[in-house]
Amino acid sequence: MTQEIRNYTMNFGPQHPAAHGVLRLVLEMDGETVVRADPHVGLLHRGSEKLAESKPFNQSIGYMDRLDYMSMMCNEHAYVLAIETLLGIEAPARAQYIRTMFDEITRILNHLLWIGTHGLDLGAMAVFLYAFREREELMDCYEAVSGARMHANYYRPGGVYRDLPAQMPQHRESPWHKGNDLKRLNSWREGSLLDFLDAFTADFPSKVGEYEELLTGNRIWKQRTVGIGVISPELAQQWGMTGAMLRGSGVEWDLRKKQPYAKYAEVDFDIPVGVNGDCYDRYLVRMEEMRQSNRIIRQCVQWLRANPGPVMLKNFKVAPPSRVEMKEDMEAMIHHFKLFSEGYCVPAGETYRAVEAPKGEFGCYLVSDGANKPFRVHLRAPGFAHLSSMDTVVRGHMLADVVAMIGTYDLVFGDVDR
Amino acid sequence: MSDPHPGSLAEQLAARFGDTLSLTAVRNETIAELAAADLIAVTTALRDEPVFRFSELIDLCGIDYLSYGQTEWDTDTAGGDGFSRGVEGQAMGRFNWDERPRAASEPRRFAAVIQLLSIEHNRRLRLHVFCDDDTLPMLPSLTSVWAGVNWFEREAFDLYGIIFDGHPDLRRILTDYGFVGHPFRKDFPLIGNVEVRYDPELKRVIYQPVSIEPRVLVPRTIRNDADLLQAKAEAADHWREN
Repeated sequence: MTQEIRNYTMNFGPQHPAAHGVLRLVLEMDGETVVRADPHVGLLHRGSEKLAESKPFNQSIGYMDRLDYMSMMCNEHAYVLAIETLLGIEAPARAQYIRTMFDEITRILNHLLWIGTHGLDLGAMAVFLYAFREREELMDCYEAVSGARMHANYYRPGGVYRDLPAQMPQHRESPWHKGNDLKRLNSWREGSLLDFLDAFTADFPSKVGEYEELLTGNRIWKQRTVGIGVISPELAQQWGMTGAMLRGSGVEWDLRKKQPYAKYAEVDFDIPVGVNGDCYDRYLVRMEEMRQSNRIIRQCVQWLRANPGPVMLKNFKVAPPSRVEMKEDMEAMIHHFKLFSEGYCVPAGETYRAVEAPKGEFGCYLVSDGANKPFRVHLRAPGFAHLSSMDTVVRGHMLADVVAMIGTYDLVFGDVDR
Repeated sequence: MSDPHPGSLAEQLAARFGDTLSLTAVRNETIAELAAADLIAVTTALRDEPVFRFSELIDLCGIDYLSYGQTEWDTDTAGGDGFSRGVEGQAMGRFNWDERPRAASEPRRFAAVIQLLSIEHNRRLRLHVFCDDDTLPMLPSLTSVWAGVNWFEREAFDLYGIIFDGHPDLRRILTDYGFVGHPFRKDFPLIGNVEVRYDPELKRVIYQPVSIEPRVLVPRTIRNDADLLQAKAEAADHWREN
C-alpha cells in the first residue's frame, strides 16, 4: 500500500509569546523540519515615515522612540544627526558625551531585554529575572533625565533637552519598599545621576558574570544554540546584515569604530567578534558588548564630571531659549513662538546618517526641500533586513530552532514595521 | 605601502563609469544618479570590482517627488487675510482622496534611492534611479545582485507602487492584506481611504469609508535666504559666548 505524504503549512503567530511581537510566520513543514519560512510583517505598521512628513522636524523625535522601542535613544540619535547634518550644526561637546553615554545605556538596556527573552524562549527562566533587575536601574536613569522610563524624547537637533540632574530621584517608602530594602535601593541614589552610574557600572560587570554563569557553560543552552543558524560572512553581507549579526560571523564591523559619530572616537573600547556565526557566538558577542558598553559609560561619566558646559546650542533658530530668557527678552519670546508654532526650516538637500544601534545599523535618510517639515524620511531598520533572511537561514532547521533564530535576530516589530 | 586605488570615490567612479553616472559629492557623501537601464550592470560592477567592493546593500527606498518645494504659507508677501493664508493647503495630510493633488507636469515623480556600503574600503555610496514612466513606474530588480534587497523592493512596491522587474516575489509587505493603493505617494491622503470597525449586526469586522477629517495644523513653509544667513550669524555669535 502506498501512502502519499504531503508537507503541511503551519501558522506561527501573530500572537505567539516567542514571536517577540506581532510576527506572523507561515512555515511549510516536513515533519519537524522547516522547508520554507514566509514571515508576514507589517502588523505594527504605523506609517511613521509618512507621519513625519506632515509635521515640523522636532515633533517627530518622539516617534523615533517608538520604532525600536527597546533602543529608544539610538533611534532618536540617527534622526537628530540627519537634521543636524542638513542644518550644518553640531551639538556642544558635553551634549555629545551625554549622547554617547545614553546610547550605551540604551545598548545595555536592549541587550538585557534580549538575553532575558531569548533565554525565556529557549527554556532558561531565571536569566529573565536577573536581567530585569538591572534593567530597572537603567530605566531610572532614563526617567531621571527625561521624565519617561522608555519613550524619552531626550535628544534634540543641537544637543539634548536638558543637562543631567544633580540629584538622582530616590524611592519613597511604600508597602513594597521599606526598611532595609528601601535603604539598599536608595544607597546608590544619594548623589547625582553620575554618582549613580558610577555605582552601577562598578557593579555591572559582576552582574554580566552572573548571566554568563547561568548560560555560557550550560549544557542545555549550548545544545539549543551551538551550530544553530550558522551565517557565513558572505551570506551576512549578501543579506545586508549589520551589528551583532555581522560581527557574530567574524566580520569586524562597528560604526562606532569605523565611522565614529558623537564622541566614540574619544573613548576606548573593543569590538567583540564571533568565529562560527551561530546563535551561540552571537550570544557571546552581545554579552561582551554589554561589558564594553559599561566601559564606555564609565569613561563618559568621568569626562562629564570634569567638564560642565552647555548641552544645547545657543542658536535660537533651532533650539528654544530658556524660560528665564523668554520672560525677560522680547527677541527670545519671538523665537520661542516661531519655533513652537512653525518650527525651523532645514536647507534643501539630502543626507543619510547611520548609528550603531544595539540591533545593527539604524539609518535615517532625510530629504528636505527647504521647508519646516521633512520632504521624505526613510528609516533604515536593522531588524527589517535581518528578518528578510529568515527563509534562507532556517531552511532545514527544526521548528524549535526557528524560535532560537527569532531570538538571535533580536527582533522588535516597532522597527521592522515602522 | 601606497594606496592601490588612488583618488576619491567620486573620481574613481567617474574614471570607471564615465557618463553613465552623474555624480555629486556633498559633505563626504557621494551621490550618483543613473538610468534604470544601466542599473544591473553598474551595481554588479560596484559589488565585484576590487576598487569598489560594495559588498552590502544597506537600504533601498522609494521616493515620490510630487509636490517637491510646494508651500502653503506665503513668506514673500504679506496679505491682509491673516492666518487664513496658511490653512488652505495641498501638502501632506491636508486633503482627502477626492481632493488629492493631481500629477500634472511633474516629470519623473518616482525614484528609488539605494545606499551601498563597502566594508572593505569603509565607505558609502548613494544611488538615485528615476523611473521613466510615472503612470507605471518600473525598475529592474536587484535581487540577483544582492539577495537582501528583496524586502526593500517589496516595501518600495507596497508604499510607492514601483514595480521591480525580475523580483521573485513582489507582494505587499507592510500594509494590510487586500490593501488598495500605495500609501506613501504624495497624492495619497494621510488619513487614508477606509477604516475598519466591528459591526455588531453583521457580527464581523467591516471596512467603511474613512470618517475623520484631514487635520494638520502647522502649514508647510519654506524660508530660505535671510533667515538662514541670520541664523548662521547668530550661531557664530553665540559660539563665542559658549
